[in-house]
Amino acid sequence: MKNYVAIEARNLGRIYKIRNNRKEKFKELSALENVNLNIKKGELFGLLGPNGAGKTTLIKILTTLLSPTTGIATVVGFDVEKSPEEVRKRINMVSGGETSGYGLLTVRENLWMFAQFYGIDGKVANDRIKKLSEIVGISDRLNTKSSDLSTGLRQKMNIIRGFLTDPQVLFLDEPTLGLDVGASRDVRTFIKGWMSDNGERTLLLTTHYMVEADELCDRVAIINQGKVLACDTPSNLKRTLQKEAIFNINLHAPSGLDMDKFKKITGVKNCALTQKPENTTLDIILEDDSVLSEIIAETSRQTLRILRLEKREPSLEDVFIKLVGQKIEEV
Amino acid sequence: MKNSISLRSFLSASWLGWKIESNWTDPFLFATYSIIKPLASASILVLMYSIVTDQNFNNPMFAYLYLGNAFYQYVPAVLSGISWTIIDDREHYRTLKYIYIAPVNIPLYLFGRGVAKFITGSFAVLITLLAGFLFLKVPFDFQQTNWPLFFLSLILGILMLALLGLLLAGITLVTARHSYYIGDVVASGLFLFTGAIFPLEVLPVWLRPVGYALPITYWLELLRRSLVGNIAKAFPTFTSMSNFDLILVLLLTSLIAGLIAIFLFNKCNHSARERGLIDISTNY
Ligand SMILES: Nc1ncnc2c1ncn2[C@@H]1O[C@H](COP(=O)(O)OP(=O)(O)OP(=O)(O)O)[C@@H](O)[C@H]1O
Ligand SMILES: [Mg+2]
Repeated sequence: MKNYVAIEARNLGRIYKIRNNRKEKFKELSALENVNLNIKKGELFGLLGPNGAGKTTLIKILTTLLSPTTGIATVVGFDVEKSPEEVRKRINMVSGGETSGYGLLTVRENLWMFAQFYGIDGKVANDRIKKLSEIVGISDRLNTKSSDLSTGLRQKMNIIRGFLTDPQVLFLDEPTLGLDVGASRDVRTFIKGWMSDNGERTLLLTTHYMVEADELCDRVAIINQGKVLACDTPSNLKRTLQKEAIFNINLHAPSGLDMDKFKKITGVKNCALTQKPENTTLDIILEDDSVLSEIIAETSRQTLRILRLEKREPSLEDVFIKLVGQKIEEV
Repeated sequence: MKNSISLRSFLSASWLGWKIESNWTDPFLFATYSIIKPLASASILVLMYSIVTDQNFNNPMFAYLYLGNAFYQYVPAVLSGISWTIIDDREHYRTLKYIYIAPVNIPLYLFGRGVAKFITGSFAVLITLLAGFLFLKVPFDFQQTNWPLFFLSLILGILMLALLGLLLAGITLVTARHSYYIGDVVASGLFLFTGAIFPLEVLPVWLRPVGYALPITYWLELLRRSLVGNIAKAFPTFTSMSNFDLILVLLLTSLIAGLIAIFLFNKCNHSARERGLIDISTNY
């Protein structure tokens, strides 16, 4: 059975020691706590969580960049701490939202060089660079110095760098961060295609976009403050909210509102508040429709005016709200 | 497969290093700079010497310091060439983490990145030697030059410097902010202890052991002897040692220094992973 496990984490934890200046004492920050994961070969697995949840920390540990403080992690059967060389031969990683790369080299040269670091045959490397750059849409920029590329195009170059080595396990840390809608869609389509081309491949991606996790992933782990709160297929996660009634209420609340009063109403599973200058939105998960009248009564007690009220199907966002009491973007 | 990755990453790293080193918008400026810089530093030395000795250029001491200074240019070049790569890749290009997760041998990659500095360094050394030969009557007698000894010493010394560079790269890896000029600083610091421009006897007795422990000291002596053997006898310090003795001591001290360097590099490497420093950026 071991062969079917691509990534395994057991009681994985990471503590950062931080201090702001020399005089200060070290403070401990727990970025990951007791994480257990079992990702199968062939899976497209998503880590969904807000900023600071620990997603990047987990990826760094799995890609041998960072040692865990506790626990064990294996990738394709190799312990990341004991045999990092074996792991490195079989993986690759791309972080989104950054402009890494040798600016003075052309796109082709950058990619070519990284292919060399993996011992990829010259002709194979060239073919792959050509093919991947066509798919991602930068084939006309291959001979441009990468410093002359826009941030988005540089990110696309980076994405190619990840796929170029045809890794057994690929790690993508927020691959669509900073890309426009069209480019994000292209990248997602490409990821799906790459996975369906070959059932032996495994891909772990992190994101804080619900839709991305929902659309792409076979399974999703919801992670917040270093802990995995839930892990299942998107549809199973949403099914946990099948019995509940989910409402989205737009309010006029010029002097704010008291969330705790809403949360204390019996039958309210959890709710999350989004405050914008123009209006206030309340996402609220109720045991069933009958609780709604209580909610409306509470809004009039707090002299809030309801601008719009909508019942909706459960999304991964609601799963997160139920677990954490906040929307992902608002954490 | 493994060897092919090692060789290819070494070659690619050398190529990249060369691209970066020669990435001057104006090649003419690059060439001028490469010629003027070594000549300028040599002129200062010659000027000081001529004032102190009242223009006694026939004294073997002149050849001693001129050659020592010329070859010492390799030290900062190789040390900073290799250690600077860590800062460059980590802070500037943000690629260090991608190099790390690739199946490359990191020391080999770093050595590769240092090759360009070795080449420009060699150019500087050559220019300095030529100027000495043509204009300052440094007594080269090519009939007497021991070329095999020269190249053997040169190669051994460069390998030794590369290993010291690796040590500094390790230190750079764990000191996120404070090692911008570590290569140059260490090279300048060691300058006086290696007998580059004056014999070790000039140092206070309690400081001399530092010089005798450094492989660079023997390396410089060997280069001088192989080039101007006939008058090297006039240089003090190592008169009792034969060329063979010197090679042996150079080998031994390099070996010890190299082992320490590799050991410490691995330690730093480990610590960097432990502390999450491989992809840190200080935004300096
Ligand atoms: N090198 C570091 N030193 C100290 N603390 C760190 C370090 N890296 C991360 N942290 C802290 O660890 C926690 C988890 O960070 P991490 O980068 O893993 O989160 P993330 O889920 O990737 O967030 P984001 O969506 O913002 O990328 C955060 O509180 C962060 O501040
Ligand atoms: Mg992150």
